[in-house]
Amino acid sequence: MKTTRNVLSLALVLVLVLLPAFSAGTKEAAQGTVTLKLEQFSGSEATLSGEALKGMIAEFEKQNPTIKVELQTIGYDDYFTQLQSKVVGGNAADVFELNYENFVAYASEGTLADVTKLLGDTSGFNKTALDAFNYQGVQYGVPNSFSNVVLFYNKALFDRANLAYPSSDWTWKDVEVASKKIMALDKNIWGFYRPLSFHEFYKGAAQNGGSLMNAERTAFTVNLPQNVEAAKLMAGWQTDSKIMPTDADMAGMGDWDLFKSGRLGMLVTGIWAFGDFTANCPFDWDIAIEPGNVQKATHFFSNSYVVSETSKYPSEAAKLAVFLAGSKEATKLRVEASWELPPVTYPEIIDSYLSITPPENREAVFASLDYLVTPPVSIQQAEMQAIIQSYLGQIVSGKQSAKAALDACQKELEAKTSL
Amino acid sequence: MSIQGRRGIRVALPYLLPSLLGALLFAILPIIISLLLSVTNWSGMSRVRLTDGFLKFVAENFVGLENTKAILGDGEFWRALSHNLYFIVLYLPLMLALSMTAALIINAPNRGANLYRVVYYLPVLTSWVAGSLIWKWLLSPVYGPINNALAIIGIEGPLWLQSEVWAMPSIVLASIWKDMGFYAMILLGGLKSINVEYYEAARIDGASKAQVFARITLPLLSSVLFYVSMLSMINAFQLFPQVMVMTKEGNAGPNGATMVMVERIYKYAFRYGKMGYAAAYSWILFVIIMAFTYIQKRGERRWVNYDV
Repeated sequence: MKTTRNVLSLALVLVLVLLPAFSAGTKEAAQGTVTLKLEQFSGSEATLSGEALKGMIAEFEKQNPTIKVELQTIGYDDYFTQLQSKVVGGNAADVFELNYENFVAYASEGTLADVTKLLGDTSGFNKTALDAFNYQGVQYGVPNSFSNVVLFYNKALFDRANLAYPSSDWTWKDVEVASKKIMALDKNIWGFYRPLSFHEFYKGAAQNGGSLMNAERTAFTVNLPQNVEAAKLMAGWQTDSKIMPTDADMAGMGDWDLFKSGRLGMLVTGIWAFGDFTANCPFDWDIAIEPGNVQKATHFFSNSYVVSETSKYPSEAAKLAVFLAGSKEATKLRVEASWELPPVTYPEIIDSYLSITPPENREAVFASLDYLVTPPVSIQQAEMQAIIQSYLGQIVSGKQSAKAALDACQKELEAKTSL
Repeated sequence: MSIQGRRGIRVALPYLLPSLLGALLFAILPIIISLLLSVTNWSGMSRVRLTDGFLKFVAENFVGLENTKAILGDGEFWRALSHNLYFIVLYLPLMLALSMTAALIINAPNRGANLYRVVYYLPVLTSWVAGSLIWKWLLSPVYGPINNALAIIGIEGPLWLQSEVWAMPSIVLASIWKDMGFYAMILLGGLKSINVEYYEAARIDGASKAQVFARITLPLLSSVLFYVSMLSMINAFQLFPQVMVMTKEGNAGPNGATMVMVERIYKYAFRYGKMGYAAAYSWILFVIIMAFTYIQKRGERRWVNYDV
């Protein structure tokens, strides 16, 4: 019996000793310094943006000697899974990054701190980008970058085919005509690449005068006739006019690699390709505002810094967020690293952004902002995107007509997702 | 209970305590919690504390059997289940045949037996992520060695993981490579336990090799074969990492061709913000596995022989 009691008490002692080790502890240094945890998916290490991010943090710590920043970057693919378990467990970083699409889900769950009064002067921020992170009248974050998508084109191929370069008044029809001429150069050369993905489709629908949600965002309108027509035309680039390579044609090659190899005339992709293309394209290239069909419409992507509702230091955290996102010092570093667009209106920052080439026509980036359409956003963002994506796949593979697939998609969205 | 038995427990308890505590904390408690969560509409994104009003939280977010009803009423669930069954139909017979062959090769008194053992068992020790990446490369349509080898003999290889038709067979292929060694080792144990006198008697009676295999080895191995088929089926229902790494994650394979149950559970829990729904989903999976195991167990007496 005595042994039993001894062993039991030993076990108890062990549990008591080990338990504190599992509970999360925030490091508190002695002399009143505060340590803030910062987590993000952009600006990964060993890239130009990673260097810029480190520079921004160093500058912040210099200006705020009582605040230390502990940075952790996590790859985009794993970021949101990790974030979820941390938020649920109450261990979220003080400041973390969210993209626009996931922002609403977190804001609606009450996991973000209201920073409306903590931000200070926000007049330097681009208003569209700042408002994107306002949920039901409460500011939950500040945009740290935004970006859009433009038409990249291979100047060398256009020259070889004796074609005029794409201009801002081009439409889908012009793209098709030019693509065919470019493809006539060689059988290994493709005209255009723009897959029928969720992001391309919501924008494509808008370019054709449609929309996936009504203006009040209270109902899905996925099967509008304009959307059906847009889906049909976009899928047709692979199946009908065949100006765009299929997955089988690509055989595992990525669209950026295809462009860099000089075998693609035009590519619709994000301005975050600038750095890579500048370094790795052995030919001249430039950009233009993305062609629409009946009207122009361009992407709006934005990432933000938000403050965790569980943070012990919300005002310091908000200070860090505003500094990294919108201060002149930080945005200057961002521009120098070609790390998307700084979400600010300071003329000197914008000018220095524009002065970098290639692309020659960098103004197209800002001109595109006049046609921004924000993506449909739902509390169940990931599921909504997956549902829409799966029906687009049906259209591309020819399993269902655009009409049938989008009708079914509308029905499934209504049944499964709440707005 | 006899005094001895009760005393036995008292003596044993302290020794069991560490693993018992582990099991309670990391298996039994989560199982109970998941059952409670399965009747709620928790998103999995808001904070919930076990020590602070958990039951109140469950009561406030109680939706009864709504989740279960929604899952069973959704065509997607039946699609995922059919993909699991398709996987099992391809995987189970092939895996049994190949691991049996491997076990026989290792069991035969030849020189390299130990080397074979190591070679067959290596994939088992490899992590699924590493294994999947190797297979992704092997099956790459243009750069992969498999299609290049096929091209040499004049066959144009399929798109494998990028093809709706071939995605699941590709997963089966990789899974067999990974699991074969494990089951071969269990079967080898069974082979070793067969009394050699049976073989000697058969040889004296002039039985052919095929006869020996069909009349002696198989019947005497049936209990082990039963165990292996049961275990591999349970594992097959839980098919997950190879699918996540090898096929395009966002779409669950080309046009959803490799959408399977655990993949759905993961997506609902950690991507789609429907933790309660995912918990209910995992209980449905549990019931399905239970039912299949029961059916197998029922069939057991018809073909399994326990007199080794």
